[in-house]
Amino acid sequence: MINNLNILLPEIFLTLSIFSILMIGVFIKNSFNLIFNLSSLIILLTIAIILNSSNNEEKIFLESFTRDAFSNFFKILILVASLFVLNSSKNFILDNKLGKFEYPIIILLSILGMFFMVSSNDIILFYLGLELQSLSLYILAAIDRDNLKSSESGIKYFVLSALSSGLLLYGCSLLYGFTGSTNFDLIANELTKENTGAVFAMVFILVGLAFKVSAVPFHMWTPDVYEGAPTSITSYFAVVPKVAGLAVLIKFMFIPFSKILMEWQTIIIFISIASMILGAVAAIGQKNIKRLLAYSSIGHIGYALAGVATGVITGYESAIVYIAIYVVMNIGAFSCLYLFKKDGEYKENISDLSGISKKHPIIAISFLIILFSLAGIPPLGGFFAKFYVFTAVVEQKMFALAIIGLLTTVISAFYYLKIIKTIYFDDNVTSFDDTKNKFAQLSIFISCSILLTFFLYPSVLNNVVDKLFLY
Amino acid sequence: MNFPILSTLIFLPLVSSIFIFLSKDQKNNNSAIYISLFSSLATFVLSLFVWYSMDHTSPNFQFLEEQSWINTFIKFKLGVDGISILFILLTTLIIPICIISCINSVKSRIKEFLIAILILETFMIGVFCSLDLVVFYLFFEAGLIPMFLIIGVWGGPRRVYSAFKFFLFTLLGSVLMLVAIISIYWITGTTDVTQIYEIKIPEEYQNLLWLAFFSSFAVKTPMWPVHTWLPDAHVEAPTAGSVILAAILLKMAGYGFLRFSLPMFPVASEYFTPLIFILSIIAIIYTSLVALMQEDMKKLIAYSSVAHMGYVTLGIFTFTKLGIEGSIFQMISHGLISAALFLCVGVVYDRMQSRMISTYGGLVSYLPKYSFLFIVFALAGLGLPGTSGFLGEFLVLTGAFQKNYLVAIFATFGVVLGAAYMLWLTKRVIFGQIKNDQIKNLKDVNKSELLMLFILALLVIFFGFYPAPLMETLNVSVDNLINNYEIAIKTN
Repeated sequence: MINNLNILLPEIFLTLSIFSILMIGVFIKNSFNLIFNLSSLIILLTIAIILNSSNNEEKIFLESFTRDAFSNFFKILILVASLFVLNSSKNFILDNKLGKFEYPIIILLSILGMFFMVSSNDIILFYLGLELQSLSLYILAAIDRDNLKSSESGIKYFVLSALSSGLLLYGCSLLYGFTGSTNFDLIANELTKENTGAVFAMVFILVGLAFKVSAVPFHMWTPDVYEGAPTSITSYFAVVPKVAGLAVLIKFMFIPFSKILMEWQTIIIFISIASMILGAVAAIGQKNIKRLLAYSSIGHIGYALAGVATGVITGYESAIVYIAIYVVMNIGAFSCLYLFKKDGEYKENISDLSGISKKHPIIAISFLIILFSLAGIPPLGGFFAKFYVFTAVVEQKMFALAIIGLLTTVISAFYYLKIIKTIYFDDNVTSFDDTKNKFAQLSIFISCSILLTFFLYPSVLNNVVDKLFLY
Repeated sequence: MNFPILSTLIFLPLVSSIFIFLSKDQKNNNSAIYISLFSSLATFVLSLFVWYSMDHTSPNFQFLEEQSWINTFIKFKLGVDGISILFILLTTLIIPICIISCINSVKSRIKEFLIAILILETFMIGVFCSLDLVVFYLFFEAGLIPMFLIIGVWGGPRRVYSAFKFFLFTLLGSVLMLVAIISIYWITGTTDVTQIYEIKIPEEYQNLLWLAFFSSFAVKTPMWPVHTWLPDAHVEAPTAGSVILAAILLKMAGYGFLRFSLPMFPVASEYFTPLIFILSIIAIIYTSLVALMQEDMKKLIAYSSVAHMGYVTLGIFTFTKLGIEGSIFQMISHGLISAALFLCVGVVYDRMQSRMISTYGGLVSYLPKYSFLFIVFALAGLGLPGTSGFLGEFLVLTGAFQKNYLVAIFATFGVVLGAAYMLWLTKRVIFGQIKNDQIKNLKDVNKSELLMLFILALLVIFFGFYPAPLMETLNVSVDNLINNYEIAIKTN
């Protein structure tokens, strides 16, 4: 058993590192910079460890923990996304006096939670991972504790999320009661259509997961938390937990619930359509960019769920490709927010961007690329994400889902165009402070380059994702 | 020949736009103008070379390029035949003219404007070269981004409304086409156009797929009743934007009907012919009447474009050789004439900042050269024999008489109405009393304006007398199109 511990190497390394930097933070004063840099280093090292580990499926601890290509892919995606989110927000954190040493540590802890989520093969381990993640996220939402809005968003998120965790836990216990096991593989064997109680449990679990990925009708917290939390936290919320949530959702559908496909498919289709429509319609009236991005992220989760709703592997793959491109786009979009700084204040309203294309052509064109990509206009990366999802959807002859989905992209194009209109068409000229945030510029550059050149080799992500579902 | 000449053609403008982006800001932006002019002329020469060196007797696609792309079935496939090469030539010809027109008319951010135009050129050539549905869709939709910016940034007072209307109308039409393309992929297992021609899509799917493609092409053509975005877009767009919109972007839809709707869904095309005929007739007669009532010159020409595109759709769906050749010829000729008319409006707009017909009158006494050119294009626009405008309309109407004489009779009314609005426009703008004293101080066309209008006038008259170069290129490809179509109809 001890020989197999290398399966857990990334988790062990991450845990030990978190404890050590926590000690550093406790004993050394004003150690934010040190700990921040160490955290980035830890993330890099963990990426290296995962890249070195094998992709063969191996299970440990009574088959409750899996390491395979699937979990490794998502772990790397989570780590890379966190690295970019964390580093591009550093100036923002310092400017807003959020530079407490706990900040990066809590982020690392939430990453650890997500690691267990995507690796779990057992509902107990899954729930523990989820709670570790959620608890870290509650603290992060309220980290600007002197700010009323931040505290409010923390409380709001905590109350609602705790409720959803409760529902999820209830579902898990029902599942255990009706199938007699907590292990995913064993549940999969036991779970059949006739097992009504277990189908009931599936609904509760789906509700909990839908809440975590902020899918309609469990999205209420998203706009408020996105707006209230500091931008650096919002960007983390918008990217990383969504990846983990979607990974777990796919895993649940793929392993334990694979035999009750018809039952959960209907629910996912409904959630997907509702998210796409709400994400498109509700964002139109928004004046705050963060709030707008919150609704846009609800819509994007809807598209990813459309891929999941197909219930076949090509559909899951398209959803994974979608979320990966979504991560690229959102990192770019939020990095742009870090550059919208005027007189020492970070601007969040769309109207603050009027006419920036005249003074800041580079920022303007980057934001333009990202927004058109979010809208899914070819030849940018966002188009291919949607293309793959809808290819999978049409393959299953779910034409209604495809047509509704594509029509909502037209509606959602409207509000992205509204931002572009403010940036490019408005006559008054806004100028921002000179920026020193090199890393945010770098991540904008990387994000735009990926989105712009994606059409040259659009199968690059598919080739990676194709290998995730070999077993 | 292994050299990827079509890819070079497509990406040359894009690469040069990167150079412009990197070029240093100067006060008069000379370097940007020279780079763009040079690269667009190089593209034009290259496309002439393609035209010259292609086999005019073969109906097959030539200069084929194939790259594995999304997966083994969706490839990056390019190729040209007798039909598409003419549109490529039109595109590469119009773009240098647009760039020359920018020198006079674009006052601010000329560098960005040139970048947008060159990127748009890349996408437009891509549309006409692509032999894969996904590649086609990619280029077809991508053109929205630069055009949206051209209208929105450099446009007139209601530019925001027009740009949004343009973008959302076109996008809404196109998403259904995307569903259809994906469906075709699952029905036939490929999106390669040449393979789909051979596989033949089962009849039961054809009607729905045809309608999905139609929804996109009808908005882009534009056909009545979804034409309302066009007058708005034209009026607010800067001169070069209007020129590209009228001369090239509208032709994408006509090209789409020929390349996709007809050969891929022959049965559905036959089935929906009455619909197209009715919409075309309405477009020809109704928009001509609307054009009569316009007080804004650009709006008048925009409505006349809708009417002229009505002939195009009418001609395509006659499925006769005369009709289809006529509609392609009409598209090319309308590309030249409407471009020239918009440039003419641009010339006086740059001087007077007004597009209203009532502002002008009696220009002939003070701008003789301009008036001469304007009259040439107005007469070409109404289809005077000896100009290219006549041949296109004449062939389409002859084709229509072969198919359905009632339709042809109605369409012929459009010719009369076309003469009415064009001549009345000329009368009010060029002749008549001088209503405005400012006109006396106007300067006649300068060298660059004269150059671009002169080239277009020359081509319009040349093709009016000697259309053979275009017709010879078209001939085999159109024959092939009609043969395949008739075989498909008979086998049913």
